[in-house]
Amino acid sequence: MTLFRNVVFIAAIAGLVAGVVLACMQAYATVPLILKAEVYEQAGGGHTHDHAAAPAANVTDTDAMTSAAPAEAAAREGEGWAPADGFERFAFNVVANVVTGIGFALILVAASEFAGGIGNWRQGLFWGLAGFAVFTLAPNLGLPPELPAMPAADLSQRQIWWTATVVATAAGLGLLAFRKSLPLALVAVALIVAPHIVGAPQPDSFESPIPEGLHHQFVVAVTLTNLVFWLVLGVVVGVVRGRFTGTATSLRDSFA
Amino acid sequence: MNTASVSLGASVSSQSRFMQLALAAFLGIFVMGFVGFSQIDAVHNAAHDYRHSMAFPCH
Repeated sequence: MTLFRNVVFIAAIAGLVAGVVLACMQAYATVPLILKAEVYEQAGGGHTHDHAAAPAANVTDTDAMTSAAPAEAAAREGEGWAPADGFERFAFNVVANVVTGIGFALILVAASEFAGGIGNWRQGLFWGLAGFAVFTLAPNLGLPPELPAMPAADLSQRQIWWTATVVATAAGLGLLAFRKSLPLALVAVALIVAPHIVGAPQPDSFESPIPEGLHHQFVVAVTLTNLVFWLVLGVVVGVVRGRFTGTATSLRDSFA
Repeated sequence: MNTASVSLGASVSSQSRFMQLALAAFLGIFVMGFVGFSQIDAVHNAAHDYRHSMAFPCH
């Protein structure tokens, strides 16, 4: 299991670094916009989430205002525990970023090892770009980043579409990059395009209490912070792996 | 890139290599899925800002 151990080790370092970087960017770029949206959300009378267990779950926005549905002060709809605003919420965001950063790094390192590995920081940049395209660009075309209180289709259906889009885009990019045949390139393009022809699940109504400008700002912030996250992730993997294999040429057997 | 000197864990057989890489990838998918997709309320609330900021389907 030395290979597994090495992959986990590299992914842990890369995920930690990239996750902390992303959490800091989010604290300045995206979280303030989420907090702003929550003000609109409370003014508009709480979530209209389909999985909200609150009695007001199936009430429309206008109804909610007149029926004095408790505006769920904690704008997150949860029932149950939620981190307190302020430091606790920030801390949990950092933890979520680091944990998923390591998760993304595991996927990135494992996938790249199949293709020979990320040899240096330059290759890391391109692997990072690929990760960005697969996990951010492609799913966000159909399901743009949403702010709290924005209308959205059924959660499970969106999760299925998101997952299918990521898988199809990854497979398509992999075929384009590593198979040198025209028919397979055509298949690859079809794979990348197909989820968008099927189309992402859309909400019944696009009416939203969130101003268009605020949402646009959020889409830009999410896209750019994710781009930087993926580039940092790829570069750190390249650098750490380079040190590993660099020092390992003589010590290879102790690593491998 | 397939020479032994630049590959992690070069001395393992190709089948074991595949299994270990697949295991690592599944671990990553599981971690990402739990934080980003779990519909458990407490997990959702803890990672709420993160999910919005990563454009995971949320709510």
